[in-house]
This record gives sequence, structure tokens and C-alpha cells, in this order.
Amino acid sequence: MTMRTFAYAQPESLADVIAALGAAPSRDAVRPLAGGTDLLTLMKGDIVAPDRLLDLKRLTGLDDTVEIRDNELVLGALTTLTAIETGSLVGEHCPALAKAASLAATPQLRNRATLGGNLLQRPRCWYFREHLIPCWLKGGDACPAREGENGLHALFADSPCVAVHPSDLATVLLAMDATVTVRGDAGERAIAAGDFFVQPDEGRRRENTLGGDEVVLSVAIPLIPGRTSAYHKAMDRKAWAFALVSAACSFRLDGGVMRDVRVVLGGVAPIPWRSTAAEAALDGERPGADVFARAAAAALAGAEPLRHNGYKVHLARNLVIEALEEVTRA
Amino acid sequence: MTVDVPVNGTSRREEIEPRMLLVHFLREQIGLTGTHIGCQTGQCGACTVLIDGEAVKSCMVLAAQAEGHEVTTIEGLAPAGTLHPVQQAFWEEHGAQCGYCTPAMVLSTVALLADDPDPDEHAIRHALDGNICRCTGYHNIVLSVRAAAQKVAAGAVPEPFLQR
Ligand SMILES: Cc1cc2nc3c(=O)[nH]c(=O)nc-3n(C[C@H](O)[C@H](O)[C@H](O)COP(=O)(O)OP(=O)(O)OC[C@H]3O[C@@H](n4cnc5c(N)ncnc54)[C@H](O)[C@@H]3O)c2cc1C
Ligand code: SF4
Ligand code: FES
Ligand code: FES
Repeated sequence: MTMRTFAYAQPESLADVIAALGAAPSRDAVRPLAGGTDLLTLMKGDIVAPDRLLDLKRLTGLDDTVEIRDNELVLGALTTLTAIETGSLVGEHCPALAKAASLAATPQLRNRATLGGNLLQRPRCWYFREHLIPCWLKGGDACPAREGENGLHALFADSPCVAVHPSDLATVLLAMDATVTVRGDAGERAIAAGDFFVQPDEGRRRENTLGGDEVVLSVAIPLIPGRTSAYHKAMDRKAWAFALVSAACSFRLDGGVMRDVRVVLGGVAPIPWRSTAAEAALDGERPGADVFARAAAAALAGAEPLRHNGYKVHLARNLVIEALEEVTRA
Repeated sequence: MTVDVPVNGTSRREEIEPRMLLVHFLREQIGLTGTHIGCQTGQCGACTVLIDGEAVKSCMVLAAQAEGHEVTTIEGLAPAGTLHPVQQAFWEEHGAQCGYCTPAMVLSTVALLADDPDPDEHAIRHALDGNICRCTGYHNIVLSVRAAAQKVAAGAVPEPFLQR
């Protein structure tokens, strides 16, 4: 439980952080520290052992505020989950995100946890979180979850890893067509959420495409007139649990038919899982029980349950239907 | 490294290792053992303190991260020998049994009432989601928070602690 020793640095600017990350011998050797709610947990478990932490909360140039800019809702990387849960702008323009935040972790953690850290948190797979057990994502040869205890694992995985992405917010952000703005040595770039999260592969045993020298600056949600959204999360108890499965859906009605439809599942893949098949089943149709059931079936059509997680198929189908019903009512 | 953490209104300048958690700083470095440790992994909430008035789990914060921020522990809620109105309410409504979770429950309640002076049962339960109690079944804790809200709204001040 006691962490290994490390140095704690308080860089003054973003440029200092980027330079320090660029000069680090490896990604794990120097880590930015935001709320610390995942990083310190991984360090206590000896899953990562950085030599140096760079406190992001003390520098100027990284925002913890939410504002509307150029028809987008822009959330600074340091915005806390509490601010997302209770802030009036998020509540008005993206209630599904506020709900996702309110269902994540617990009040005392939401007061510390930041948006940037939430998107970059590592999987909760119990093999991953136990340092004595080698696993592929941690650099080992094989994935013990495939043949082991996999009740909380993925239905869709195009990766040697079958862990699920733990973030509630990421699932909603994908359904809102959000972009993630990052800055590194080579400058700033905006990445569609769907390209930010990628399944781990041999060359990149991580769940995202953030560069080693890059810092997340902000997340932007385009404000599309008439678009509504909903987030539904199934948990094994009512409070502070990671999603067993979750569903984020959004669309707008155009002459009574659904357009710009997004259907995204959480808890079923190493990344938030967008179903274009479900979206195609809904696009141009009038909302209704039959078409929702067809879309939900399409969303789960390619599911490959492991030994212990077959229940997720049924759960996911029903959550998609519930979320679509709520979008219709909103 | 040297840190300067204001705890209960007093600056605490201490020489520590960067890896020291705030909860260990409070309990072991400066001897304030009213902040408890259950899990050390952010689950149980026994280590809850206030940082700048907001409830946080002090096992998930480095002491270094708290530097320059106001930390309030259960010891700092009311002058010695007196009970803060929230503590008084927990006492009167039997909101504690073994007491292990109680300092954290009280501090989470103080933070809740600062934001929402008149919380309904749902708001109370949501605000205390992160505080686990193995004894009470939570019922009397909810009653205590309701009673505390009434006391605070009525302008109650710390009262001398009386054995009954
Ligand atoms: C008990 C518990 C329950 C939880 N339940 C849920 C839940 O139900 N749903 C959910 O979504 N989450 C849940 N979480 C996860 C929690 O929301 C995350 O730990 C938190 O959001 C991470 O944010 P942070 O600021 O603390 O990140 P940190 O721990 O500080 O950082 C996490 C990672 O991101 C990196 N990082 C942080 N910010 C930046 C940045 N701006 N640029 C580049 N890198 C950065 C860090 O280097 C680190 O690698 C839970 C956590 C705990 C401990
Ligand atoms: S599912 Fe991924 S994280 Fe879990 S044991 Fe397998 S490789 Fe490791
Ligand atoms: S000891 Fe901090 S949450 Fe349990
Ligand atoms: S009173 Fe015993 S844990 Fe709450």
C-alpha cells in the first residue's frame, strides 16, 4: 500500500510540463498529476511507479472552467466531476454528461477528480490492478481474463485485452461528437473522441492516442439545435459503482424522424463502443418501440460474450431502449 | 520536502516525503487521529476531511497537494469541550454506533449543508454515497442530517458537551 518514493514537481507553465514529458525516458517515468484519484491508486498498487509527478493543478494555462465558445460547450481538462455534475451550463446543454458525472465515483472523489484524468484513467480489470499477476496490458505475454474470471469484461474486443473502459463520461462524450484538444511539442491538435479512444494493440498497450509529450487541454461538445441526449447506467449496487453496462444515445428530430443519431455503449469494450449499425437502423425513422428494439438488437449483433459476462448482452439491449425512450421524451 | 498546510486554521510547516498522503500527514505527522483510515483506496470514506470547505478523501490526496489549501478535520469543527451543531445532532439522533465512520459523516454533512441548507432524503443519501457505515444502516444518520440542517438553519452555535 505504501507508494515507492518519487519527486513532486510544481511546474509553472504548460510548456514546462510538455518539455518534462518529452524528456522523460518512458511514459510511466514522469506523470502529470491532476486529482490523483486514479494515478495514486495505481501507484499504491505498484502498477505504475513514476520517478516524478508534475502537479497540473498549480500551473497557469490549464482551465478548470466550462464556457460556451463558437457554438461549442468547452470544458477545461481540470474541470472537476462535481463541477460537471452541478454546473448550470452543462446541466442546460448536456444533461446526459451531468448525469454521467453524478453517477461516477463518490462526492469526495468527484470534488478532486478531473475530466482529463477521467478520460485517461486505466481499466479496472482485477488482473490489471494486481501487480503480482502479469497481464498483456501491463506488458506481459497473455491475458489471464480471457480464460479466467471475466464477469465484468468486454463483449466486443478487437484487441488482446478484454478489459472495459471505466469512464462514464467518455461514453457520453462519444455520443455528443465531442473533440479532445491536446497540446504537445509539435503544437495543438483537436481529436474526435472516436479517434482519441482506440483499442490497445501490440504497438500501443493503452486505450487512447494521446502522445507521450501531450497534455489534454479541453473537451468541446458541439451545440446542435434540437439535439437531445440521455445516459443510462446499470450498476451492481445503487451508488458508486463502475458501470456493468451503460448506454448513451442522442438524436434530433427533423420533420418527426430521427437524424444525427448516436448510440454508444459503455462497459462492453476496451473503449466506449459506438454502434453505427444501431444508428443506421434509427436514422430517418420515427421514434417508436419497434425501431428501438431493432436498433438495440443491431447494437448487440456482433457481441462475443466470454464465459461469465453473457448477462451484459441482455442488459445492454435494454439500456439502449431505455436511453432512446428518454431521448424521445426529452 | 517542506510543506506548509493550514490545518484547522493553524499553519503546519513540516518536513515530509513527497509520497506522504494527507491522511498520514494528519494522523502521524501532526497527531490528529480523528481522521480515520479504513481502506486507503478511496472506497470507505472514513478519511474524509474538508479542503477549502469541500469534502475529500484524504487517502487519495498527497499532503503536498494540500499545501496552501485550508484543511478542516473533525478536531477543528468546534472549540475543545464543545460540539458543533452537526455533532450535536448526531449525538441527539443516535447517528453513531461504533463511531468509526462518524467524523467523516459529520464532515460530509457540514459540506452538504454549506451547499444545500435544506436537503431532502434523496439529497442526503446522494451526498453521503461515499461514506460507508457498517453499523447504523444509515437510517439514524439521515435523521441526524435532517436535525443538523434544522439546527444550522436556526443559527445554532457550538454547545458545551454534556454527558447524559
Ligand atoms: C472508488 C472509485 C470509484 C470510481 N468510480 C467511477 C465511476 O463510477 N465512473 C467513472 O467514470 N470513474 C470512476 N472513478 C474514476 C475517477 O473518476 C477517476 O479516477 C478520475 O476521474 C481521474 O481524474 P483525476 O483528475 O483524479 O486523474 P489523475 O489520477 O490525476 O490522473 C489519471 C491519469 O491521467 C493523467 N492525466 C490527468 N490529467 C491529464 C491531462 N490534463 N493531460 C494529460 N494527462 C493527464 C495522469 O498522468 C494519469 O495517468 C472511480 C474512482 C475511484 C477511486
Ligand atoms: S483484460 Fe486486459 S487488463 Fe485485464 S488481464 Fe487481460 S490484458 Fe490485462
Ligand atoms: S481510507 Fe480513504 S476512503 Fe477509505
Ligand atoms: S457507526 Fe460504526 S461504522 Fe458507522
